[in-house]
Amino acid sequence: MSDIVLHEDIPEELLSADAAAKAEIRTVEIDSHALNFGPQHPSAHGVLRLVLEMEGEVVARAIPHIGLLHRGTEKLIEYKTYPKALPYFDRLDYVSPMCEEQAFALATEKLLGIEIPDRAKWIRVMFAEMTRILNHILNLTSFGLDCGALTPALWGYEEREKLIEFYEAASGARFHANYFRPGGVARDLPAGLEERIAEWARQFPRWIDDLETLLTNNRIWKQRTVGIGVFTTEQALAWGFSGPCLRASGVPWDLRRAQPYDNYDKVTFNIPVTRQGDCYDRYLVRVAEMRESVKIVEQCLAQIKPGPVKIQDHKITPPPRREMKRSMEALIHHFKLFTEGYHVPPGATYTSVESPKGEFGVYLVADGSNRPYRCKIRPTGFAHLQAIDEMSRRHMLADAVAIIGSLDLVFGEIDR
Amino acid sequence: MAEPGTELTTQQAQSRGALGSLAFALSTSVPGIHSAAIEDGELVVRTSRDRLLALMGLLRDDPRYACEQLMDLCGVDYPARAERFEVVYNLLSVTRNHRIRVIVTTDETNPVPSVHHLWPCATWWERECYDLFGVLFSGQPDLRRILTDYGFEGHPLRKDFPLTGYVEMRYDEDRRQVVYEPVKLTQDFRNFDFESPWEGILTLPGDEKAHESRQGLKLPR
Repeated sequence: MSDIVLHEDIPEELLSADAAAKAEIRTVEIDSHALNFGPQHPSAHGVLRLVLEMEGEVVARAIPHIGLLHRGTEKLIEYKTYPKALPYFDRLDYVSPMCEEQAFALATEKLLGIEIPDRAKWIRVMFAEMTRILNHILNLTSFGLDCGALTPALWGYEEREKLIEFYEAASGARFHANYFRPGGVARDLPAGLEERIAEWARQFPRWIDDLETLLTNNRIWKQRTVGIGVFTTEQALAWGFSGPCLRASGVPWDLRRAQPYDNYDKVTFNIPVTRQGDCYDRYLVRVAEMRESVKIVEQCLAQIKPGPVKIQDHKITPPPRREMKRSMEALIHHFKLFTEGYHVPPGATYTSVESPKGEFGVYLVADGSNRPYRCKIRPTGFAHLQAIDEMSRRHMLADAVAIIGSLDLVFGEIDR
Repeated sequence: MAEPGTELTTQQAQSRGALGSLAFALSTSVPGIHSAAIEDGELVVRTSRDRLLALMGLLRDDPRYACEQLMDLCGVDYPARAERFEVVYNLLSVTRNHRIRVIVTTDETNPVPSVHHLWPCATWWERECYDLFGVLFSGQPDLRRILTDYGFEGHPLRKDFPLTGYVEMRYDEDRRQVVYEPVKLTQDFRNFDFESPWEGILTLPGDEKAHESRQGLKLPR
């Protein structure tokens, strides 16, 4: 063995010309059965890097790599006052911004020990439900797109645009609303918006019917989703599932019903539950949820009454612009609120809301200063994505795409 | 008429009573619990690292607690304490409809037992806690970084980690690759604590003379 001389050991000038060329050809072993899915892939729903270990066309193991969109939100929030921390929540799950805001607003209100006015609660419930529809439209249609159905996406964007216009009318922003603030909502609804929402709520169920004609009984759609990514009740509970993914596995659990916040205890709605726990069931649950959300919006419109939309303590909510021009005290309040913010008494709370994707929680630790000591954000998709290995094992590669679509992943939220 | 905010709905009062009895049961019957009390209306249980697994197994399997789900696991950093980290577990029972928070403390070297065999979803939460705080979890086979960059150094959510970090990344046109460099700040990082906006400034700019006379440093002639 010792007389074997490696090419690397021989100085280049001693080698013949063709031997030098041969030395260039090196053998690199590539495991052709590991597939890099993403981070730039249209059906990765953002920046998911999924390393798939394949056996032929069957997934043996799926290893998600996340954090490519990590922006250090939790660290940034520790350096911001409470009012300035709120807009970060819009940017977490950018498909359902107001529901994320609601979690932080509720957590802060709980630590402050304040109760917001009734009209603000109704506005919150109404916009949270519109956010749910906004989210489900995008999820269901892009899920369809992942499985080859183009038309739902084209139809869905038109409906989303209508909802985004309501967002804009209420908050001034199409996506990053900064609307649900501790102490109420940023401002009252403009005149005529309630009528426009009522008109939309009358028409929207017809759009859901149209969507269902495209997908629900579509043979190709069912072939792609029925029996794919089955998760049993036990698995879903153990893996920390929540929201539509948990309900699709047969657990009738909804925070809006079980631990109601704002005015969810004053509306009636059904909680859709299915038993199979596959991709098709997750689709069905979301479709049924959209119908329930429209009902909740209608109930909000019926019960909402004129009144204040934020608490009248101007140490926590800004005074009206009109008053600032005349009253020295209002001016001071405004200045102090937007520079110093307010001090939150020491304490800790884990407050969660039923966001469109599931349980979105905020573990907020206050130390008595004007900035959160720690603000842990419990993203919904984090738990769902983790289960993808278990869920897609022994499925075909194309089924992994359907599973990702059915889990409703948004990386702004998962990576924070 | 009770004050707004203090009145409870029947459901809330019932759940608070139920939580109170849970707190009582935990603090009297389970060994190794430092405290089990209701804080801000939420049940908080504090225990030690070596008792954690027994307690967690009990909370999951005992039908009185029935916490089927681990919703969240996170760290909190208190650098002034002897054991600087708190590891916080937020458990949820969907059958009994209650939440229980379990808190253990640790430092940079002592590992916390992993709960991934009780709830498989704990793996990623523990990885995240390790990544952001440097808390170690014993028995966790997959303790890798998760959120930060490949090859990242340090634990960014520790209070002594600067907000700006240590390195920044950019694309270098000449070398045609992404390069990491130490952070260069054009202006020092300013951290306003707002503890008291007026104290500490003894002399307002442009007001030096008045200040001197006020302090009796120099009497007006």
